[in-house]
Amino acid sequence: MPAEAGARRLRDNPMTKLTLGPVLFNWKPETLRDFYFRMADESCVDSVHVGEVVCSKRTPFFEPFIPEIVERLAAAGKEVVLSSLALIMSDREMAQARDLAQSDGIMVEANDISVAALMQGRPFVAGPLLNVYNEGTLATLRSMGAVRVCLPAELSADAVAALAASTPMEVEIQAFGRLPLAISARCYAARARNLSKDGCQYVCADDPDGMAVETLDEVPFLAVNGTQTMSYHAMDLLGDVAGLAARGIGRFRLWPQTFDMVAVAALFRAVLAGKAGVEEAEDRLATLCPGAEFANGYIHGRPGHLFIEAGD
Amino acid sequence: MASVASPNRPELVCPAGTPAALRSAVDAGADCVYVGFRDETNARNFPGLNFNRKELAEGIAYAHERGAKVLVAINTFPRAGQPEIWHQAVADAAKLKADAAILADIGLIEHAHRAHPELRLHLSVQAAASNPDAIRFYAERFGVRRVVLPRVLTVQEIAAVNARIAPVETEVFVFGGLCVMAEGRCALSSYATGQSPNMNGVCSPAGEVRYTETSQGITSELGGFTINKFAHDEPAGYPTLCKGRFIAKDKASYLFEEPTSLNTLSMLPDLVKAGVTAFKIEGRQRGRAYVAAVVQAFRAGVDAVMAGKPLPDIDLDRITEGGKQTTGAYEKAWR
Repeated sequence: MPAEAGARRLRDNPMTKLTLGPVLFNWKPETLRDFYFRMADESCVDSVHVGEVVCSKRTPFFEPFIPEIVERLAAAGKEVVLSSLALIMSDREMAQARDLAQSDGIMVEANDISVAALMQGRPFVAGPLLNVYNEGTLATLRSMGAVRVCLPAELSADAVAALAASTPMEVEIQAFGRLPLAISARCYAARARNLSKDGCQYVCADDPDGMAVETLDEVPFLAVNGTQTMSYHAMDLLGDVAGLAARGIGRFRLWPQTFDMVAVAALFRAVLAGKAGVEEAEDRLATLCPGAEFANGYIHGRPGHLFIEAGD
Repeated sequence: MASVASPNRPELVCPAGTPAALRSAVDAGADCVYVGFRDETNARNFPGLNFNRKELAEGIAYAHERGAKVLVAINTFPRAGQPEIWHQAVADAAKLKADAAILADIGLIEHAHRAHPELRLHLSVQAAASNPDAIRFYAERFGVRRVVLPRVLTVQEIAAVNARIAPVETEVFVFGGLCVMAEGRCALSSYATGQSPNMNGVCSPAGEVRYTETSQGITSELGGFTINKFAHDEPAGYPTLCKGRFIAKDKASYLFEEPTSLNTLSMLPDLVKAGVTAFKIEGRQRGRAYVAAVVQAFRAGVDAVMAGKPLPDIDLDRITEGGKQTTGAYEKAWR
């Protein structure tokens, strides 16, 4: 039944798109390059985000690789979006934001309000790390040039549907991967190893999917990605995307992890197209993401860490 | 009599969760008192706290008679499709002649700017405007006059910000509970409990807290997650999520922050030099005795700095969380 319902809904929404979010983790530049090349060549996503969002200390290593990545993605027909930093404090970070805002012929995602302002009316994507909770904020962002908005993770299906219905902008929500939950000036990857942020030795690179954080009872809870705190559980909206598409959500974001993201994207595509049933897709996702735990609580209006089965 | 803020005399901005705390703060020397309405429009939406309209009117009268100002925090993010209570809060703050509204949501700020042009607007810390470009945006587009800076900047960075945003004023936290994440950009609470500062005006809500007695001591939980464990002879602190003990890399520690309070009394001269207009004390959820003690200490501190005298040696240990204090992000080593 779910597959049939999905297929029926999809005929109403044939244009549902998939976005590959920026890699939030500190992967080696060569790894990142190879990852993006493969996404260009093999993945079914429509848009691919590139750029450092979490820590400006990581930027210099990756920056030289960006032009060839953008070129390869564009040649493969992907829309390329350059994502901004989330927390902008220093002169260097502000200069980086200004350069980004001047990018010619390429879409920019603002993850700090300063970047949205620096666009000066030119088209941009309002990123999921901006606080967009209501119609008023959507309208203001639209007047600033936003053409698409990826909503914060903590919103429920009712909230995202209401927002999508209120705006001509394309509305995107986060559908897969560890969720960015908080950003700080302090680096917890460094702190966990008794290092300071200045002398961090880039230890965040040791954990390409983030550093697991458990409670004192050894219950998995959160994950640390440098200055960013994420969910331990990976968001999994496989069971929800068809219904959300029918409610006007035109785009779903998949956050990259070290899993086979080509296969993960294909799975979401198959479910949206009604070519795979949710149950079968969930089983396949579990195989694709060994060791991962999944959650979808937020979209059901519940605590984010919960997984609510369809029909519950 | 409180005077208008100037580079020479920063304002002391003090919390009040009740009319009694408001009077205590004013009597103890507050230049400004900040309050919220008794609903989810403010980030301290706790049971038994905050002001109804009549109490606010009386509070404003009490403060104004004594030369103090009242700021109204309407600093959560309006719910999709239901902006009415937020719009009403802004309208009532304007009608009751509050000296400013402290707002966080861009859409609500735009609404306030259009519908109540006479109302002075401050940007809440929950908006996390952490750089001059962001601050200038709020000032130029909405006429925001003052920005409460997120607790992510060092004193040096605050000075650099102030040099670039004049005449916009900055307000910084000097005492009390502190977020270790950029404020307004943290969903840890809703991840564990379904309720967050941005959506519900609460962090680590009391209704989701449980203390369990075991043979080893007391376990504190939030939303079913263990946040800390205490031996029988240790005081069991409140399980604020980011002040808990967690295991990472096989080691249990206060991974994000220890149970601690911000105290920058010793840094007041540096903050004055950095061009800060107003010093803010956290704690609308605190009682009037706490408010009075902290306000008196900081009143003495600010007055001493302005008079070029040495800072008074005031021990605030007994009222800080876990008896521990930090200068937080104001010093770079904290990062």
